Amino acid sequence: MESSAHSPALGQVQTSRLLASGLGWRRRSVNIVMTALIAGAFVLAMLPLFSLVFEVAKRGIPGLSAEFFTSDARGVVGGGGAAHAIVGTLVITGVAAVISVPIGIMAAIYLNEYGAGRLRRALTFFVDVMTGIPSIVAGLFAYALFELFLGPGIRLGVMGSLALSVLMIPIVIRSAEEVLKIVPNHLREAAYALGTPKWKTITKVVLPTAFAGLVTGVMIAVARIVGETAPLLVTTGVVDSMNTNPFQGRMQNLAVYAYNEYRSPGVMKQASYDKAWAAALTLIAIVMILNIAARFVYRRYKTEIR
Amino acid sequence: MASVDTTTNAGQLLAAASGGRRRLGDRVFSRTAVVAAVTILALLAGVAIFLLSEGFPALTASASELPEGKTFIDYVAPLAFGTVLASAIAAVVAVPLAVAAALFITHVAPPRLALTLGYLVDLLAAIPSIIYGLWGIFVLGPAAVPVLKWLEEKLGFIPFFKGPASATGRTMLVAGLVLAVMILPIVSAVAREAFAQTPRRLKEGAQALGATRWEMIRMTVLPFGKSSVMSGAMLGLGRALGETMAVTIILSVSGAVTFNLIGQANPSTIAANIALNFPESSGLAINALIATGLALFAITLVTNMGARAIIARSNQE
Repeated sequence: MESSAHSPALGQVQTSRLLASGLGWRRRSVNIVMTALIAGAFVLAMLPLFSLVFEVAKRGIPGLSAEFFTSDARGVVGGGGAAHAIVGTLVITGVAAVISVPIGIMAAIYLNEYGAGRLRRALTFFVDVMTGIPSIVAGLFAYALFELFLGPGIRLGVMGSLALSVLMIPIVIRSAEEVLKIVPNHLREAAYALGTPKWKTITKVVLPTAFAGLVTGVMIAVARIVGETAPLLVTTGVVDSMNTNPFQGRMQNLAVYAYNEYRSPGVMKQASYDKAWAAALTLIAIVMILNIAARFVYRRYKTEIR
Repeated sequence: MASVDTTTNAGQLLAAASGGRRRLGDRVFSRTAVVAAVTILALLAGVAIFLLSEGFPALTASASELPEGKTFIDYVAPLAFGTVLASAIAAVVAVPLAVAAALFITHVAPPRLALTLGYLVDLLAAIPSIIYGLWGIFVLGPAAVPVLKWLEEKLGFIPFFKGPASATGRTMLVAGLVLAVMILPIVSAVAREAFAQTPRRLKEGAQALGATRWEMIRMTVLPFGKSSVMSGAMLGLGRALGETMAVTIILSVSGAVTFNLIGQANPSTIAANIALNFPESSGLAINALIATGLALFAITLVTNMGARAIIARSNQE
């Protein structure tokens, strides 16, 4: 049926048009069916996202109140807020970032600017390994380490931060490496030509050029760990009262709070569930804001490189 | 000539004048970078060493001292079975959907939308697992109950759907589905990257020969991205193996070893078992849980290595 297409007298455009119109109905319908299946699969894959965001918003809003954000749950039956969990989340995540960001960025600088030979290869390989560590295993590691020195049953905010660092460092390295890589070499060479030492070239030329990308990477990494539950369940424990000292005593955080309100609801079951959903909504809001802000920072402040 | 001499001299002078300070600054900075690199290697070594040292007592303890009065192998085997089963369901469901989503973004949707759609898929990865758990037990689980009943009635002859169907939806199938949603973005991201790199000449060549869009995808894009999809699938599997909270919340566990995916009694997974029992355990039970964590670490490590090996091999080709 496509024999006419081979006629040498026809021009190119006409050939393809004829070819298209000459498609057998079978080939054409297979094409339509498969395209529809692909589009359908995409929609199906997106349904959970919309359902999840919708349900969390719907079920989370009733639990939001001034009390939720301002008071802890110490000695309160059924009531109380999540202020201690919010503060705990900030402290634990903050300490984790303080550990991870310098180490991660310096390691990325090592990989991109200095690294050579076996140490470089080993680091590249083991950062890959680190990306695959299950979060609960990171928690067990922090527990095992502190237990050895401080005795069994130990729970501290900083243990949670250490566990989260194990998860955060590889993310920081990977993203920092990406943005350092795209800093063009001619900038470095221009600095060297002016007699600038290497370390100053890195701190005054390379890092400022990559700055927006570095900040974006750190924000995405924080967004990734801020909602972690499992490693904190085994390291920071569960507690009802405010604690701002990561080096002393148990520390609550939003994810563990949500889990605990669901798992051990008080006498007023629905009130506990409401608070679990409110904590979930707060977490989603934090994660989304971090993600959107990260993209905004990158678009707005990235250095144009020609 | 004179000018050249001056420049050289000036350069030498500059170097001599600031040389000491410059070298010190360089030395301090490069040492710091090396220290950061070594710290990370030490941290990872620490993970292995401390898990081994705290897990070891459980490996050598007698059955009567361990939880449930079983030897460690008997204790961890059903958990490993549950872990692999849940992850397998997740991979089987997620991989085709992720590939289709990647194709949709790269080759079907208008190119203007590609970035936004990719961002939407990535958002799935940003949602904390605790929230997937709550969504699974309060939303997907109850919604799945009639489906589970239907599966039992119509497909009960297949061992997977033997039933009796759970009335709460807290089953292996639902847990696996939630895991599928969670690993979909990573599989899709890897596939997307590969599909987008399909050489133009192949695609245009296929179209010039009169291929329809689907034929072009089937004959150029899919073969080109095959090994990436495989490695993406294994990375996703690795994620699913170690995923904790969603399974902890959704699955109603009994320690049973069964292929029945829709029943009330399900095997637990290693990660969920740790999260459920760790907070209330003490003594050797803690050591046993840490040892299971070590086993989980080993399983995920092997899976991820497999994924990397596939990538490395396809890069060589």
